[in-house]
Amino acid sequence: MLAPIIQTENLCHVYSEGTPFEHAALKDVNFAAEKGEFIGIIGHTGSGKSTLVQHLNGLLKPTSGRVLFEGEDIHSSRETTRRIRFRVGLVFQYPEYQLFEETVYKDIAFGPKNMKLSEAEIDRRVRDAARFAGIPEEFLDKSPFELSGGQKRRAAIAGVIAMQPDVLILDEPTAGLDPKGREEIIANITDYHKARNSTIIFITHSMEDIARLADRLVVFNDGQIAMDGTPREVFSRAGELSQIGLDVPAVTRVMKRLRELGLDVDESCFTIEQAEASILRLKEGGVSGHA
Amino acid sequence: MLKDITLGQYFPGDTVIHSLDPRTKLIMTVVYIVVLFIAGSWVSYGLVAAFLVLCVALSKIRLKTILSGLKPLILIMVLTGILNLFYQKGERLLVDWWIFHIYLEGIVKAFFMITRILLLITGTLLLTYTTAPIRLTDGLESLMNPLKKLRVPVHELAMMMSIALRFIPTLIEETDKIMSAQKARGADFDSGGLMRKAKSLLPLLIPLFVGAFRRADELAVAMESRCYHGGQGRTRMKQLVMSARDWTALSAGALLTAAVITLDAFGL
Amino acid sequence: MSIIIKTEHLSHSYDINSKDEPAVRDISLEIEEGSFVAILGHNGSGKSTLAKHFNAILLPTGGKAYVLGMDTSDESLTIEIRKTVGMVFQNPDNQIVANVVEDDVAFGPENIGIPSGEIRQRVDEALKSVGMYKYREHAPHLLSGGQKQRVAIAGLIAMRPRCLVLDEPTAMLDPIGRSEVIDTIKKLNREQGITVILITHHMGETIDADRLIVMSDGGVLIDGKPKEVFAQAERIESVGLTVPDTTKLLNALNRHGFGLPLDALSVEDCAEAIYRAVKKETN
Repeated sequence: MLAPIIQTENLCHVYSEGTPFEHAALKDVNFAAEKGEFIGIIGHTGSGKSTLVQHLNGLLKPTSGRVLFEGEDIHSSRETTRRIRFRVGLVFQYPEYQLFEETVYKDIAFGPKNMKLSEAEIDRRVRDAARFAGIPEEFLDKSPFELSGGQKRRAAIAGVIAMQPDVLILDEPTAGLDPKGREEIIANITDYHKARNSTIIFITHSMEDIARLADRLVVFNDGQIAMDGTPREVFSRAGELSQIGLDVPAVTRVMKRLRELGLDVDESCFTIEQAEASILRLKEGGVSGHA
Repeated sequence: MLKDITLGQYFPGDTVIHSLDPRTKLIMTVVYIVVLFIAGSWVSYGLVAAFLVLCVALSKIRLKTILSGLKPLILIMVLTGILNLFYQKGERLLVDWWIFHIYLEGIVKAFFMITRILLLITGTLLLTYTTAPIRLTDGLESLMNPLKKLRVPVHELAMMMSIALRFIPTLIEETDKIMSAQKARGADFDSGGLMRKAKSLLPLLIPLFVGAFRRADELAVAMESRCYHGGQGRTRMKQLVMSARDWTALSAGALLTAAVITLDAFGL
Repeated sequence: MSIIIKTEHLSHSYDINSKDEPAVRDISLEIEEGSFVAILGHNGSGKSTLAKHFNAILLPTGGKAYVLGMDTSDESLTIEIRKTVGMVFQNPDNQIVANVVEDDVAFGPENIGIPSGEIRQRVDEALKSVGMYKYREHAPHLLSGGQKQRVAIAGLIAMRPRCLVLDEPTAMLDPIGRSEVIDTIKKLNREQGITVILITHHMGETIDADRLIVMSDGGVLIDGKPKEVFAQAERIESVGLTVPDTTKLLNALNRHGFGLPLDALSVEDCAEAIYRAVKKETN
């Protein structure tokens, strides 16, 4: 097996240590991601998932434990931290609230500029990132504040994509958008994933979205990894999920109910297509059996 | 982290000091400050200090809490002390070296000034530690009420103050978030000269202001839809009532003032 | 049943001089008192603009809006209208005024001049009805999103409104916060008979409504019971919305000749319908 591109070793993080507000957000977390993986992270608010991703690009420093990027401790020196910050891109929740430049172009160029790239390279990257994020060329000269909510969000995502990170982390990139806006952003991200073969780490509350996107799901609860596996493996543990306040996709719940009613269906289905196939098999099997 | 900063912090409790009317506490604080500046002798200082110690003891605020409140002001106190030490001329010269002349009077004055600042700050800390911010603004509004006759928009000012207090934690949290987001794009808020530093703050300040205006806009609509239409015809859930306790406290304040003035008159 | 809100050919343009299409155009509808109505639409469909007419935050630029027969464009009635129809907004942070929970809930009653003793009583009742009584002395910024929204709802309940309009109240919340808020408004609707108008783009939240209005491009696209509305999956998807996954599954199976009823929205009903169809096939 390949060495993981990014991993944590016994990572612990305590907020406001030594005050009455002391709170252990991460407890001995060992997380690893391979190159090109699409990982979904789920967990309710305060489960530690946002704290984890802020460690992956060095914004937070571990209270104890290490974070390794390609085997190197990201806090080994200030320069290393800064260099790795550009290789692990982090898109925060509601990223549209970070836009500040006069034009969309300049805003997307902020990251590449901080990387001290040449003008030509910056220009190439801005246009490239805009294309991935679905921002039409003519928008680049507009003020970011003239865009609609969904467009602003995409411009902010482009600002991170323009750094061409090897690991792209997105913290609830679809929160607050309507279904069409969500579909667009998800399509942009999957396009980027396919074209660059970069690692994607996607935090979300939407089980339906993540079920069809991710190769692997990591479930956080109370500062620890509670489950780690394929969507099929994770969603088959519906009882445990609901115990920690998480849901399974509606389709999985329908299949579970059908099984309870005595039908021999696959209750680990989590997409419409899988469920459809499983029920059809049953029908065909049943009909042929009868004949 | 920015989130750990506490501004105008209030420590809930149910002591005599906590339950005093905010107006009483505001008046007492003003009286206390005036008395502190009238007091000119160690005896009167002792009296004021004893009064303060009594109030702190009654409020059950821990000494550690007060010390941590004083910490940011240590530099000011030391500076005041040093200035007084060197500038106060007198008769008994103790040190005479190069341009430094230190007199005994200077040492005494320096002690005096440091004690004064210490008493001043501790007194005001006690006010904010034991009074919820909203009660403070309520008290201020009530005390300033006579100014309404002079067309001073007293209610509006008080409302502005309480909204500002309400949004400070929210904006601190937001600053924290924007800072992290820009850092993730390689922004550097720490290094470089003054001009560079000022420029590097733009990615933080612009989103912060845009956000604050957006909030203001939404808050105004929300307030209007909850029937807010200025101070006219407005009632209060928590009315300010002066109790026997408050009159006792105010009398104590008056006596302290009288005592200090008397002591001063006798040159003690 | 009496009518609490009524619009007649209501239109609204944010900029009357512009040639753009109005944000809301020619909407005539009546909302029955005590009902639970969901309004669904994509961003920019006009749903929030319409909702802001229900308590006179916006006034029609064409047509009329009435609350219990009161014309919203009559300024002398504005306070009375806002006492009748309360509004909860999307961002929980930007509608809380005070820095103590109970003081915030008292804000509305104070504005309409309720005597202090009665405010205290109303505040306590309102906080209990949303399950936030034990947090009455907390600072709002330390609460979770769902808790903040419930405080905002309590702030309206304390004014004893007859109707609550909620403009995407769950858009910024996590699933736990979302169900806290939805459960609270369902309870208020059921137990206190308060009319609820819920604006949302979460399909799941609309399943239990008495009536579902789908908006698109400033007009009403479909108006009916949720079951009837979601049966028209193609029309809904054509305007950038989605139907619940249960409906999608039923549709997918119907393409293979299952002949399932499309009104089975809940997981239970959906499973039941499939079970019956499969049994029929195999027996």
